[in-house]
Amino acid sequence: MDLSSINPLVLIAALMVASTPILLAAIGELVVEKSGVLNLGVEGMMITGAICGFAVAVESGSPALGFVGAAVGGALLSLLFGVLTQYLLSNQVATGLALTLFGLGLSALMGQDYVGIKPPATGDVNFGPLADLPVLGIVLFRHDLMVYVSLAIVAGVWAFLKYSRAGLILRAVGESHDAAHALGYKVVHVRLAAIAFGGACAGLGGAYLSLIRVPQWTEGMTAGAGWIALAIVVFASWKPWRVLLGAYLFGGVTVLQLNLQAAGVAIPVEYLSMSPYIITILVLVIMSSNRGRAALAAPAALGRSFHASS
Amino acid sequence: MIRLEKRPSPSRTVGMLTPVLAVLLTMVAGSVLFAILGKNPFLAIKTIFYDPILGEFAFYYRGQLLVKAGPLILIAIGLSLGFRAGIWNIGAEGQYIIGAICGAGVGLAFYPADFWFIFPLMVLAGAAGGILWAMIPAILKTRFNTNEILVSLLLVYVAEQILASMSLGLLRNPDGAGFPGSRNLKQYEAAANNELIVGTGVHWGVVAALIAVILAYVLLNRHMLGFQIRLTGESPRAARFAGVRPRLLVVFCLGASGGLAGLAGLFEVAGPAGQISIDFNVGYGFTAIIVAFLGRLHPVGILLAGLLMALTYIGGEAAQATLGLPAAAIQAFQGMLLFFLLAVDVLTNYRIRIGRMEAA
Amino acid sequence: MTEALLTIEGLTKAYPGVVANDDVSFRIAPGEVHALLGENGAGKSTLVKMIYGLVRPDAGRMTFGGTAFEPATPHAARATGVAMVFQHFSLFEALNVAENVALGMEDPPPQRQLARRIREVSETYGLPLDPDRLVGDLSAGERQRVEIIRCLLQDPKLLIMDEPTSVLTPQEVDILFETLRKLQAEGTSILYISHKLEEIKTLCDNATILRLGKVVGECNPREESARSMAEMMVGTTLHTPSRDEKEPGEVVLDLAALSVASANPFGTSLRSIHLEVRSGEILGIGGVAGNGQDELLAALSGETPAPPEAIKFCEQEIGHLGPNARRRFGLLAAPEERLGHAAAPDMSLTENALLTGAIREQLVAGGFLRWPQAQGFAEKIIAAFDVRTPGPANAARSLSGGNLQKFVIGREILQRPACLVVNQPTWGVDASAAAAIRQALMDLAAEGAAVIVISQDLDELMEISDRFAALNEGRLSAPRAAKGLTVDEIGLMMGGAHDMEVAHVA
Repeated sequence: MDLSSINPLVLIAALMVASTPILLAAIGELVVEKSGVLNLGVEGMMITGAICGFAVAVESGSPALGFVGAAVGGALLSLLFGVLTQYLLSNQVATGLALTLFGLGLSALMGQDYVGIKPPATGDVNFGPLADLPVLGIVLFRHDLMVYVSLAIVAGVWAFLKYSRAGLILRAVGESHDAAHALGYKVVHVRLAAIAFGGACAGLGGAYLSLIRVPQWTEGMTAGAGWIALAIVVFASWKPWRVLLGAYLFGGVTVLQLNLQAAGVAIPVEYLSMSPYIITILVLVIMSSNRGRAALAAPAALGRSFHASS
Repeated sequence: MIRLEKRPSPSRTVGMLTPVLAVLLTMVAGSVLFAILGKNPFLAIKTIFYDPILGEFAFYYRGQLLVKAGPLILIAIGLSLGFRAGIWNIGAEGQYIIGAICGAGVGLAFYPADFWFIFPLMVLAGAAGGILWAMIPAILKTRFNTNEILVSLLLVYVAEQILASMSLGLLRNPDGAGFPGSRNLKQYEAAANNELIVGTGVHWGVVAALIAVILAYVLLNRHMLGFQIRLTGESPRAARFAGVRPRLLVVFCLGASGGLAGLAGLFEVAGPAGQISIDFNVGYGFTAIIVAFLGRLHPVGILLAGLLMALTYIGGEAAQATLGLPAAAIQAFQGMLLFFLLAVDVLTNYRIRIGRMEAA
Repeated sequence: MTEALLTIEGLTKAYPGVVANDDVSFRIAPGEVHALLGENGAGKSTLVKMIYGLVRPDAGRMTFGGTAFEPATPHAARATGVAMVFQHFSLFEALNVAENVALGMEDPPPQRQLARRIREVSETYGLPLDPDRLVGDLSAGERQRVEIIRCLLQDPKLLIMDEPTSVLTPQEVDILFETLRKLQAEGTSILYISHKLEEIKTLCDNATILRLGKVVGECNPREESARSMAEMMVGTTLHTPSRDEKEPGEVVLDLAALSVASANPFGTSLRSIHLEVRSGEILGIGGVAGNGQDELLAALSGETPAPPEAIKFCEQEIGHLGPNARRRFGLLAAPEERLGHAAAPDMSLTENALLTGAIREQLVAGGFLRWPQAQGFAEKIIAAFDVRTPGPANAARSLSGGNLQKFVIGREILQRPACLVVNQPTWGVDASAAAAIRQALMDLAAEGAAVIVISQDLDELMEISDRFAALNEGRLSAPRAAKGLTVDEIGLMMGGAHDMEVAHVA
C-alpha cells in the first residue's frame, strides 16, 4: 500500500471530471423538480444520452456534435415522459421508472454495434499560461470544455431561477399549479419545457461518461449515476449551488475510493466500490431527518398531476 | 381538439381492458422496432408470443415459462402491496440478491450434511435476508423521513457488490479451482430446489408464487390490513383519519415485498441458477415492477402478467436463437409495454372527448 | 343612463350534465359596485371565469368600454383592465409578497422598484404589507391584501372580488369596505360576488341574482329586504332549524392547556386551549380560516397526538390515543375536507362507510372485513340522510358536495357518538342540504350528545350554538353564551382587525 502516490491536486482535478456527469444530470433534474415534476427516469435519460452522444461522435468524428446529439436524445426521451405525465396524467413515479427501464433497453439495443470502439478524443481547453499556474493550473485550467459548460449551466440555472421572470413563473408553477393556472400561466407548457431541459442535461451527463470519463460504450455504464443525481437534488434542498457542492462531494468520494483501490489499501475492492452508494444514502438520511426544513425547501406541488378542471 | 373528462367513478371494465390494449399496442410498436432492426416483424412476434406455447419446441419452453414466471410473480405480488399504498420499493433486485446469499449461505454451511430441515431453514433464511435488506429503507423512512425510492434503489448496487464479494470470497467453492462462484446447490440434495413434477418447471418457488397470489388476494379484499393499504394509496389523509398508522404500513409493505423478493432469490439460487455467482441476478427485481403494473396491482392480474412477461423472456431467447434478434430488443420491448400501459391507464379515470378548443 | 363599462349579453356555458350559465345578461356602469348574488353552485364562479378569460363561453357576447370583449386568457383580460381577487388558489406560499404580486401583473417592474410601489399603494389604501415576507407566513386577511394590491397596481377599470369577506373578521370587513368605497370614488367599477346579503346591502348599488345558472332577478339591494333577496336566491322559503331548550348535562370532553405543534410548516400551532363541552349542548367555534381549525380537529379526532392529560373524555385521559381508540370511547369527528380527508374519493360508499365505522358498527371480525354488514351500514346512511346516489357501490367523488357531506355527517351521527366534532359542516353545500345537516346536528345534541361545530359561517354558528368561542392564531377565547352576542363582540373574540389599527385612519 502506498498512500503517498495520491496527489491531492490531481485528486481535486480528477474529482471535477468524475462529478461532471452527475452534476449535469442533477442540475437538469433540479429545474424539473422546481417546476413541480418528479422525473425518476434520470438514469434512463443519461444512458440514452450516453449512447446517442457516443454514436453521433463516432459517426461524425466530432465530440461536439456528439454532445449535441446526446442532449437531443435525452430531451426526446424525456418528452415521452412529459407527454405521459402532463397530457395523459400518468403517475409520475411509475412513468419515471418506466423511462429508466425503457432507456436501459433502448440504449443497449442502439449500442450493439458500438461496443469496444474508441470515441474521438475531446481535447482540453487551452488556457495558455494560466494552465501553468502552480496549484490553480492543475485544478482549474486543464479541463475539457464540458467541465466549464457544466459550471456555466449551474450558474445559468441559478440566475434564471433567481432573477428572471420566466424563472419566477417556473417556481410558481412548482409551488401551486392551480394558482398559476388561475393567473393564466400555461402549467403544462412550462412543465414540458422544464422536462425537456432536464432530459437534455441528463443526456449531456451520459455523453460525458461515454465520451470523456470512461471513454467507451458499455451496456448499463451509468451504474446508478442517475439515481445519485436524484439524491443530490434532495441533498441540495433544491438550490443550484448546493447541487454543485453535492456533486463534487460525491465525485470526491468516487475518486478517492478509486485511488485507494489503486493504492492497494487492505479493504476489499467490493467494499470500496459500494462506498459512494452508501455515502449517498447517509447524506440523504442526514438531509431528510430535518423534517421542517426539508418540507419547506421542496416545491409544494412536486409529483402532483395537474388537470385543469374549470 | 381532444380533451379529457373525468369520469364520475373509475371504470372497472376499462380497467380490465387497458392491459390487453397496452399489450396489443406494444406488439404493434414492437413490430415497427423489429422491422427497423431488419427482422420480419410477423415472424418475430410469432416467435416470441406463439412458438413457446404452441410451436414445435413448446414442450421445452413450457417448462421454462413457469421457471421464469415464478420469481416474477413472487416479487411483483410483494411490490404491488407497497405500490398500492404509495410506498415505492424499487430495490427488489437487491433484496432478491441478499435473500439468495443468506439462503445459500445457510445451505452451504451445512455442506455436506444431510438433514431434512436444511432446505426449510434455507427458505426461512432467504425470506429473512430479503426482509432485513428491505428494513433499511423502511427504518430510514419511518425514522428520518428518507425517500424509500432512492434508498431501496441505491441498495441494489450495494447488494451487487456484496454478491461479487461473496462469489469471490466467503462462499466461493473450495473445490472450484479458484473460479468465482459457490458450490452448485443442485448437486447437494438436501439444499436443492428441484423440479417437483418433471418437465413442467414447477419448483417450490412456483408453489410459493401461487400461495402468495392467494394470500395477497385475501389480504386485499377481505382483511382490514389490505383495506388500510388501499386506503392509504387512495388518500393518505383519509387513511390517517381512519386510524391507519402510516409507519407500521411502511414497515409491513417493505417487509412483505422484501421477504417475497428474498424468497424468490433463494428458490432461484437453489434451483434454476444453482449457485451464487457474480452474474446471478438477471433483473427479475426490475422486470417485476412492470409485471406489477401490467397486472394492475391486482393479484390475479399479476399472475397473468407474470406469465406474459415470462413468455417475452423465453420468446425473446428463442428469437435471439432463430432470428438473431438482440437480447436488448426484448428489454426495450418490455419497457415499451410499461409505457403503453401507463398511457392507456388514463382511460380508467377519464373519458376522451373530441370537441371545441377549451381555454383551460 | 351612462355608458356601461361592461355589458354581458346572453352568456351561456354548459358542462357535461350541467348548464353552469344559461343566457346570463347584465351591465356594470363605471364606478358602480355591482353585486352578483347566488347560492353555491348557482354559476357565479363560471361567470367570473369567463369575464377573466379562464373559461370561454359557448354562446353570448361581452363588451368592455364599448368594444367587443372576448378574453382568451387572463393575460388578455388583465391587459383590457380587468383584475380579480380570488377566493382560493392564486397565491404561492413559498414565494414572497413581491414575487406573488409580480406574477399577477402583465409587465412588472424590477423587484426593488416593485417593492417600493407595493409599500406606496398599501399605505394609500390602508392595507399595510411587507413585500419581503413569505406569503405562507401571512394571515388570511393579509393574504387577501396581497391579492388586492396585486390588482390595484395595474389600475384596473373593473375589479372582480370573489367572496372576499369569507376570510375576514368583521373589523377587517369594515376596512375592506373603506378601501372599496375609495376605489369606487376614483371611478373603478367593482363586481362583488357574495351570498352574504347584509354586506351587499351596505356596499352595492345594484345586484344581479343567479339561480341554477340563470338570472332570476335584478334589484337595488338598498331597497330590498334581506329576506326578499334570500328568497329570490334560493327560490323557496327556507326551513329554519329549531329545537327545544334543554339544560346541558355532564362534562363529556375536557381540554386542559392543549398545545399541539402544527404538522404543516405554514400551519397554525394550537396554544394552551381550555374547553369543556357538556352532553346535550352545541359549542360553536368561530374564527377566520387558518387560525388553527384544522389542527384542532386533528387533535380531537386523534390524528395528531397530544399529551394524555390535555384531553379528557368522561374523565379519562385520552390525549395520546389514536382515532380508533377514541372512536371506541364515542368521540367521533368529521373533518372539513370531504374528498381526501373525510372520504376517499375513488372508493365506494361502502368502503367509505367502513372508513370510520369499522369499530363501532362491528364491520370487522378478527381482522377480516364483513362486507355485507359494511354495505348495510352504507345503505342505512344513504336512507337516513337522504343521500342522492344510485347505490353504495358508487365512488365518493361521484356525489355532489351536499350529498357527500350528508353522507359524511350521517356516517358519524349513526354511530351514536357521545361527542361529535365537525369542521365546516355546510361549507360549499346547497341550502337544503345545509339546513338538513344543521337540523341533524341539533337533533343529535337534543338526544344528549355533546357537539362541537367549528365553522367560519357566523350566521350558522349563531343559529345552532348554545355557547360560542373563537379561534385566533391558535388560541381559543373563553366560550360565552351565544344568545345576545353582538357582531362587535364576536369580532373582538375573533381577534379584531389583525394589526390593522394603524390603518383605520386612512
